[in-house]
Amino acid sequence: MTTGLRITQGTFSYLPDFDDDEIKAQIQYGIDNGWACAIEFTDDPHPRNIYWDMWGMPMFDIEDAAAGLHEVNRCREAFPNHYIRVTLYNSKLTKQTTALQFLVNRPPHEPGFKLERQESHDRAIRYTMTPYATDKPPGERYDSDGLGPRRGSNADGAADSPRG
Amino acid sequence: MTDAANPASDPSARAIEPPPAGPGMAPREGEEPYGRAEVDNRFVDLDDPLTEIPDDTPVDVDGVFEDSRIEEVLGEMDRDLLALHEVKDRIREIAALLLIDRLRRSIALEAQAPTLHMSFTGNPGTGKTTVAAKMGKILYKLGYVRKGHLVSVTRDDLVGQYVGHTAPKTRDVLKRAMGGVLFIDEAYHIYRVDNERDYGQETVELLLQVMENDREDIVVIMAGYKKQMDRFFSDVPGLSSRIAHHIDFPDYSIDELMEIARLMTEQQRYLLSSDAGKAFRQYLGLRMDQPRFANGRSVRNALDRARMRQAIRLYDAGSRGRKLTKKDLVTIEADDILKSRVFEGGFYEESESDTTPASGQVG
Repeated sequence: MTTGLRITQGTFSYLPDFDDDEIKAQIQYGIDNGWACAIEFTDDPHPRNIYWDMWGMPMFDIEDAAAGLHEVNRCREAFPNHYIRVTLYNSKLTKQTTALQFLVNRPPHEPGFKLERQESHDRAIRYTMTPYATDKPPGERYDSDGLGPRRGSNADGAADSPRG
Repeated sequence: MTDAANPASDPSARAIEPPPAGPGMAPREGEEPYGRAEVDNRFVDLDDPLTEIPDDTPVDVDGVFEDSRIEEVLGEMDRDLLALHEVKDRIREIAALLLIDRLRRSIALEAQAPTLHMSFTGNPGTGKTTVAAKMGKILYKLGYVRKGHLVSVTRDDLVGQYVGHTAPKTRDVLKRAMGGVLFIDEAYHIYRVDNERDYGQETVELLLQVMENDREDIVVIMAGYKKQMDRFFSDVPGLSSRIAHHIDFPDYSIDELMEIARLMTEQQRYLLSSDAGKAFRQYLGLRMDQPRFANGRSVRNALDRARMRQAIRLYDAGSRGRKLTKKDLVTIEADDILKSRVFEGGFYEESESDTTPASGQVG
């Protein structure tokens, strides 16, 4: 790829992408710490877009990372060209926050961001950053074939709600 | 530490030690920085292990054997479960297979994870649930499952009540059981062939899929009464063949039942007097011929009732001013057993609870 920008978000994002065993090891680490495992996906990679769509319910009651990876793979199957991340949530009182979050899937081609400069008063410049991908409507953004996400294998209860 | 001072010591011990560091430690002579690399590469580069590995490659039987604690596991099983020889033999076979697989892997031979899904069939009270609960621990100790927890479910936990409810429900259960054992009690209830609107079909399909594709992550054990399970398997093609071990739990003989009674009283810190023992054997002989006899469970219920009769006997004696001793408290007398209505042949008049089969549970 000569153009594009490999998005770095969450933990481990400057490392090479994890393979399945490495993802499993990280999820197991979270489970062993008592954290809940949730899968989220999006096709709007703007860094300020923090609310991604949830793939099913967070898994509070699993014992083994194989269950987490199972859902990751189902999500990949349905959204092969989306960003998918695993969130390990610490539900302990006084914590109640994300403990560990990392990307597990990214589109094959990431076009990167467009930088817009706005002339403001007194020659001041305001900057705006827009992912090139978000020029297209949700669901059509990273598809090389233009067919949209694979339908029919959607998560249980996960609606493909349009995002603004 | 002594190693650094004496470079001529055992080379294999040296190979796994971290390289020396810090001042005053001279680098060891003639040692490769990564002592193991050579050995590992030999296997990584193999095209066909069968021809490349010499036939006389030694295997570390003792090490693996001790490591797997196989004797400990099997010994525990022998102690805790009476009779059930067929079941124990099967578990011993599985344990042996897992052990040999480990040995094969230790010299880099292929060892595919075996299919361990099981079906337990048998009459009420023959120990199906008890064995299933043990199975998780056994497989965990043998290193076959990663966590070894048992998730015990029935139809209600798997099948939903309206369209679209079943798949997530089943999938949740399957995910919860991953890394351990999923025990489906009364599995034949899942699928009702006579009701085409039943959502059980969906559960069965998901189960089949996971049993095939995620074999390494989950062990499914189905239990139920023999006749119904046979019907269930013939109604659902492909299920029976995905279950590697069909184990039938035979009814107990009267001697085995007596042994069970002895073990139960021992566990509850009671004693059967010798007369009571004879009476109990007589009781079992009569009870076995009566309807709805539930093997181990009937023994447990009979003993529970004997304890109740003992309690009221002691209570009456105590209120008449007799001094009670420890011996009184632990001993069940023949009278406590002979009062059972089973001896009058009036089984149907008996109102106590052991006559109704326990609902939602087998074993």
